[in-house]
Amino acid sequence: MSELVIKNLHVQIENKPILKGLNLTLPQGEVHAIMGPNGTGKSTLANTLMGHPSYQVTEGDILFDGKSLLNLSPAERSHLGIFLAFQYPVSIPGVTVANFLRTAVNAHRKAANPDDKGIPILEFRKIMKEKMEMLKVDSAFAGRYLNEGFSGGEKKRAEVLQMAMLQPSIAILDETDSGLDIDALRIVSEGVNTLRNKELGVLVITHYQRILNYIQPDIVHVMMDGRIVESGGPDLALDLEEHGYTWVREKLENGTSA
Amino acid sequence: MVEPMNETPVVITRNRTSTASRSTQFTFSENDIVPEKAKDLAAVREHAWEVYKTQGIPATTEEAWRRTDLSRLNAGQFGLQNNDLNDYSAATPPEEILRPLADTEQAGQIILSINDEKIKLSNDLLEKGVVFTTFSELRKNNPSLLARYIGKIVKPEEGLFPAMVQAFGQDGIFLFIPKNVKISQPLHSIIWGAIEKTARLSHVIVVLEENSEATFIHETASPENENGSAFHAGIVEILIGENARLQFVELQSLGKNVWNFSNERARVENQGTIEWTFGAIGSRLTKNFTDLDLVGEGATGKMSGFYFTDGTQHLDHDTQQNHLAPHTTSDLLFKGALLDNSHSVWQGMIYVAPGAQKTDGYQANRNLILSRNAHADSIPGLEIKADDVRCTHGATVGKIDKDELFYLLSRGIPQKEAERLIVEGFFDPIMQRIPFEGVRNRFQQYIHNKMAV
Ligand SMILES: Nc1ncnc2c1ncn2[C@@H]1O[C@H](COP(=O)(O)OP(=O)(O)OP(=O)(O)O)[C@@H](O)[C@H]1O
Ligand SMILES: [Mg+2]
Repeated sequence: MSELVIKNLHVQIENKPILKGLNLTLPQGEVHAIMGPNGTGKSTLANTLMGHPSYQVTEGDILFDGKSLLNLSPAERSHLGIFLAFQYPVSIPGVTVANFLRTAVNAHRKAANPDDKGIPILEFRKIMKEKMEMLKVDSAFAGRYLNEGFSGGEKKRAEVLQMAMLQPSIAILDETDSGLDIDALRIVSEGVNTLRNKELGVLVITHYQRILNYIQPDIVHVMMDGRIVESGGPDLALDLEEHGYTWVREKLENGTSA
Repeated sequence: MVEPMNETPVVITRNRTSTASRSTQFTFSENDIVPEKAKDLAAVREHAWEVYKTQGIPATTEEAWRRTDLSRLNAGQFGLQNNDLNDYSAATPPEEILRPLADTEQAGQIILSINDEKIKLSNDLLEKGVVFTTFSELRKNNPSLLARYIGKIVKPEEGLFPAMVQAFGQDGIFLFIPKNVKISQPLHSIIWGAIEKTARLSHVIVVLEENSEATFIHETASPENENGSAFHAGIVEILIGENARLQFVELQSLGKNVWNFSNERARVENQGTIEWTFGAIGSRLTKNFTDLDLVGEGATGKMSGFYFTDGTQHLDHDTQQNHLAPHTTSDLLFKGALLDNSHSVWQGMIYVAPGAQKTDGYQANRNLILSRNAHADSIPGLEIKADDVRCTHGATVGKIDKDELFYLLSRGIPQKEAERLIVEGFFDPIMQRIPFEGVRNRFQQYIHNKMAV
């Protein structure tokens, strides 16, 4: 079983340090949650894992299956099975969801086998339809321009639809629950659970304990000021929901001053 | 979204006549004027020659030519096309150009190659009185029809190049649809070939009488990679009668050795409609003037432009939407993408004449810069002399958004393909305006070819 290992990761944006020695190990088959106050660097971590060029790794390493990802392009990381459901998905004007998904699926097939001729259109449609039904997405969605004019909830569903189509090994869900109504949260979570298996590791970044009722985490991490400062079982999320982050911060301050 | 970099409207002047002169001029003389048997056609030639003599090569000091520099044209090198040329290596156009572009079967096709012309028109249309033929055929069989329409909409006084075409031009394509005749199957014409050190002059005339309808696809093309400079100048004159309707698609895929100039105008009468689509990917340099003259009440014109440049290409499209009568509507969208060191210019003007009330004019130009050294000029303009009108315009020059690109890359789509997807998406609003799948496929092919690694 391979795992995603983040070792002493330091990341800066425009010379401003954001991640300051982050350690985390996510084995395939497990679900980990990351919670933490606004601006602690959760999305920075997610974008760095995916290889966004604006995020500069100054120290540490990211290993998947024992291999460093740092010198790989975002597309290569995707081919290895890393998937990021964005907190704020951008829209791609003029490119339909269906066209985009097919291009992405074909890119993955080609990466696995350079001679691949692309997924037959009927097979593609069948799979897409199946996944869209699973996520209770209207069939007209396929013909719409990607994320253009999508409601907050539709964007999040479109992210999970992409995840379902690409079947990653490591999925990072960056606040996929925010913006979803109660029913949508259940549907999307069930969708993620359907994809859950021994080969999938999930990193759920969230502010709310509610999603973790549906997608049961093995471990909950608390992130603060660019580091993981506390890890525990699912109960940790309940504690945070009830008491906020003050106690973690106090514990941290006492710990460092001691 | 494309990141906007500028959105500054500038009003330009409407004066396009040129009088400046330069050292390297064309060497054509009175002896080169094509002899005409018909007196009225000879008079057209003579008049054009008189005007031609007064015109010099336009200089960048003239507003309309400010961004298109002809100082390296070396006009003296070009001779006039000689029809005895039997050894032209690219005698016939390639299959992909001959293939019909509209979805239904063609009703007629004309191919004007360097030393050969082929004319096909269905009997059905012949019987209905449709004329779809070449100027040389008309000179033999119906010179008065040609004389009735030639030089009426685009006049030699408009500049050196239109004067040149009318004085020395040999080739021409003539389409005439009589009153009440509606043809759904498209007509297709091709001007093919460009020869080193030679001036190719072409002329297209389209006349739709009242209540008629037609679809016409016209293409100017030559082999992609030929050596030596070549030259093409063209005129397109279109007359849309009362309540008539024309779907017109013009494609320009000249080789990168060709200096290309064209003056085009459509005059649209009461309740007439033109849907005019342009696709331009070729030539070394193009300066195109396209005017839409809405002269009758309720006349409508929709203009859609697609251009894509690379290498050191320079394409300059200068459009005017002239609202000369009340209740007229115009809608222009030009979109262009630029690679390498190429340069594009779009300069547009909506003019509303005094008394042309209740008009609705729209123009937009969007450019996508794909290389650091590519450059697009986008200059919209309004000149409004009536008070009860609605005119809007917009112009943008932008580059590929980093976050959009990252989004596609993060889904495993390789860089080149991701860029192509964004470019295709950028052009999609133009594709949506084109009712022919064949033309859309052609544009798609252009994008693939230009974006190929
Ligand atoms: N592209 C960027 N340019 C400049 N600063 C950035 C950029 N991206 C993030 N930052 C800064 O980095 C810090 C961490 O941001 P990040 O988005 O990672 O936080 P977060 O933990 O995901 O917050 P939230 O819970 O609000 O989503 C913030 O101070 C943010 O302003
Ligand atoms: Mg965030």
